[in-house]
Amino acid sequence: MDRDIDRYRSVTRRALVLGATKLGMVGVLGGRLYYLQITESDHYRVLAEENRINMRLLAPSRGQIVDRRDVPLAINNQNFRVVMVEEQVGDLEDMLNRLSAIVPLSDADRRRVLRDAERSRAFVPITVQDNLTWRQVARLDVRAPELPGLSIDVGELRHYPFTESTGHFVGYVGAVSEQDLTGDPVLTLPGFRIGKNGMERQHEEALRGTAGTSQVEVNAVGRVIRELSRDEGTPGRDVKLTIDIGLQEYVQERLKTEESASAVVLDVLNGEVFALASHPGFDPNLFTTGIDVENWRRLNDDPYAPLTNKAVAGQYPPGSTFKMLVALAALEEGISPSHSVACPGHMTLGSHRFHCWRRGGHGWLDMVGAIAHSCDVFFYETSRRVGIDKIAAMANRFGLGDKVNLDMPGERPGLMPTRDWKLATMGTQWQPGETVVCAIGQGYVSATPLQLAVMTARMVNGGKAVVPHLTKRVGDAGWHDGAGDIGIAQPHLDVVIEGMNAVTTYGTAGRFQIREPGMEMGGKTGTSQVRRITMAERAAGVIRQQDRPWRDRHHGLFVGYAPVHAPRYACCVVVEHGGSSSVAAPIASDILLETQRRSPAGLQMSVDSVGPVPTSEG
Amino acid sequence: MATYLAHADLGGDQPRMTLSEKLWQVNWLLILLICGISSIGFAMLYSAANGSFDPWASRQMIRFGVGCVIMLAVALVDIRVWLRLAYPMYFLSLALLVAVEVMGEVGMGAQRWIDLRIIQLQPSELMKVAMVMALARYFHGPTLEEVGRIPRLFIPLALVVVPVALVLKQPDLGTAMMLMMIGGALFFLAGVKLWKFAVVIVLGLTAVPVAWQFLHDYQRQRILTFLNPERDPLGAGYHILQSKIALGSGGLFGKGFLEGTQAHLNFLPERQTDFIFTMLAEEFGLVGSTVLIGLYVLVFAYGIIIGLRSRNHFGRLLSLGLTVNLFLYVFINMAMVMGLIPVVGVPLPLISYGGTAMLTVLFGFGLIISVFVHRDIKISRRAFETEL
Repeated sequence: MDRDIDRYRSVTRRALVLGATKLGMVGVLGGRLYYLQITESDHYRVLAEENRINMRLLAPSRGQIVDRRDVPLAINNQNFRVVMVEEQVGDLEDMLNRLSAIVPLSDADRRRVLRDAERSRAFVPITVQDNLTWRQVARLDVRAPELPGLSIDVGELRHYPFTESTGHFVGYVGAVSEQDLTGDPVLTLPGFRIGKNGMERQHEEALRGTAGTSQVEVNAVGRVIRELSRDEGTPGRDVKLTIDIGLQEYVQERLKTEESASAVVLDVLNGEVFALASHPGFDPNLFTTGIDVENWRRLNDDPYAPLTNKAVAGQYPPGSTFKMLVALAALEEGISPSHSVACPGHMTLGSHRFHCWRRGGHGWLDMVGAIAHSCDVFFYETSRRVGIDKIAAMANRFGLGDKVNLDMPGERPGLMPTRDWKLATMGTQWQPGETVVCAIGQGYVSATPLQLAVMTARMVNGGKAVVPHLTKRVGDAGWHDGAGDIGIAQPHLDVVIEGMNAVTTYGTAGRFQIREPGMEMGGKTGTSQVRRITMAERAAGVIRQQDRPWRDRHHGLFVGYAPVHAPRYACCVVVEHGGSSSVAAPIASDILLETQRRSPAGLQMSVDSVGPVPTSEG
Repeated sequence: MATYLAHADLGGDQPRMTLSEKLWQVNWLLILLICGISSIGFAMLYSAANGSFDPWASRQMIRFGVGCVIMLAVALVDIRVWLRLAYPMYFLSLALLVAVEVMGEVGMGAQRWIDLRIIQLQPSELMKVAMVMALARYFHGPTLEEVGRIPRLFIPLALVVVPVALVLKQPDLGTAMMLMMIGGALFFLAGVKLWKFAVVIVLGLTAVPVAWQFLHDYQRQRILTFLNPERDPLGAGYHILQSKIALGSGGLFGKGFLEGTQAHLNFLPERQTDFIFTMLAEEFGLVGSTVLIGLYVLVFAYGIIIGLRSRNHFGRLLSLGLTVNLFLYVFINMAMVMGLIPVVGVPLPLISYGGTAMLTVLFGFGLIISVFVHRDIKISRRAFETEL
């Protein structure tokens, strides 16, 4: 038994050593637990939250674009989509077959759905088809019990109710491209659309709003368990335009008598644009879901360039509409308004002969008469005394030669040449003959319809540097416009206005005068040559414009304002290759009449205010 | 069984105990502790199923009920019967281990299971208990002096090496190391001199480079990944990181019952088995995990005290050895989920979901209680020596 006592002592000793070792090891566990759960707890708490919480962005509702009378021009329609959750569907093929009885599905759609289903986890919703009609939604709703795993999801789709009339200035929205990514996370949302053109692009930031967030709890494979919190974000602000959509539609419709034309209607006092039309137009709705190849090709290949907003991007020789600027430059040079020139039908400079549009000439004309009859020779002579640089400076003051800073992308600057400009760009000296050509708005001179409308506005508003704009209000903030003065003496302006009033009474556009008492207009015709008339043609008798190919015909222009007793509306109409100003003038006349009837500036035409129409002295 | 026990007079003139005497002797406080720990396990399994008894908690409770009956039955069987059964049980376990090699199904990437239809038997779990029994049986014989003779150590060494080799072949490095540690503990308790351990360890270490040469490339990869989970950041490394996040985010008081985000959102792997302690620590914090560890420490203390109070050497070694086994389960599992040691598939006894582990652990407790019930029985050293 002694031996067993030995063993007992040994095993006791060793059991206690082992026990102490175990206690020590338990101590290590305790220490580790303390380290993890107390010392490092905050760190791991953060990691656990990062694990379980996902932030999801919620696309903000895009702001509306409305006209000056709050008629919506760009709205958000509900876009109904049918969405599928694969794990609830069962047999995918069978479900697609049953669904196609309600919603037509192409083979490509089926392939896309099957591919998406394969790629994503079974609980991720997959869009099967979007842009469902109400009827389809209703039928799906009724048959919902037969179609497990399918649900209807509502998104937003931009819609432009006035289609072609608004395409050019409202613009459209489209998918976000690589260059559009500015760091705003909302841009990375699938299916998000941003303004690509026009006002949609100009006011993108205001219209877009800020994204909301939804905090969701997710599990290890990313399935959403529940929503923890939700911040709806800020919807985009509405943008109110100066456009009068009724007038805009009228103008767009009126231009349809021509192949290709554009028109601008402005408020001469504050620069508000009431109508800005370019014909042919396009339907911006084509772009919101991504334009198809066929439509894109049709729009792109159209010779009349429907995608170009010709009212701001079309640059045309202004033709005779430029003559008022030459007159004003001459008056500022000290030339008397009563200074008269005899027009024999042409003027010779060096070896070259410059013709007047009237073959037989106009005889003696003073400045008012020269504007009224649009005598070329008078302005040939006058321009030689003033010089191109003075004329260009005058044109610049009226908005020509550079962008007028319309609040819309896509504006073109036109061109107002000077001696320096020619030396810099062509490297040759300015020729006296070039001044003569520019004096009748030909040669290097070019301007957009918008610039010509601004020019007209500044002439009849007492020389105020109004800046045209389409934005009336963004959200709650209005447009602030303190128009400066361009520094033209009123008597000088009066001479030009008298000339323009005469144009529509006994001058070149007399037969297009508005016949409505108190709504009469003043203005100036312009015909700009696209192709030089050769000596041979002149000798053979000038070919009639209608007989020429469209591309070779003259542009027809008209700038006008109304009413003549208190001008409020300025208008410019350019008919591309219209042949002559006689196609533009009646359009402008109709537009100005319609404008006054609608009175977008809020003017009430009372009977009292209709006084005798000031007539010009011939 | 009781009749058989009553006639199992194997130790000469020992006092016979009636069944009711034995029941009085059963250590009910230890059983209460076991029930307490198991109840924590049921609660955690209920939580692991997101607040449902199905599929884990209810089945675990049934197993525990069955296991308790077995435990009591084992406790009431005379210690001398267990002495006699030690070698047969060892060889049965060894045979089963060989069987998994031959016909075992591939489970969890290694052959560990035998499908008995009712229960999937894991022979390596059985072997942990059987090896303790066999070694206790062996060292019951020799005196301290005899243990000092090296030839006397060959047989027990073989008893350890053979199953370790079989388990390694599965390959289950974790269980193999655990078996080695259990064996080592028993050698230590039996009084083997420390310098002999040193020699074996040194020899073992020098053998490693040689053994390395004989390994296939995929085996080397597996061992390297085992030792360094960072090699496999989406597998074992990911699991350990998520486990540490769960533990750490639990803080002092935890997130509350059923509120553990890591566990319930599936970030935590194997939350009903190997990582169940993590879930407990996430939901009940440092306080809860310390309470559980405290309960385990009490159980270990019982095991040691019961061992030391036994008047027969077999009982001492059996109780102390089974306690070491239990301790290794707890320590390895906890150290693993805390990121202290590499990930090995070791369950937390009484808590992790699993049939074999639950039954073998309760069987082990039955043996410990049997040691306690029969603590005053003296068994002659030479009683069975001829049998081997």
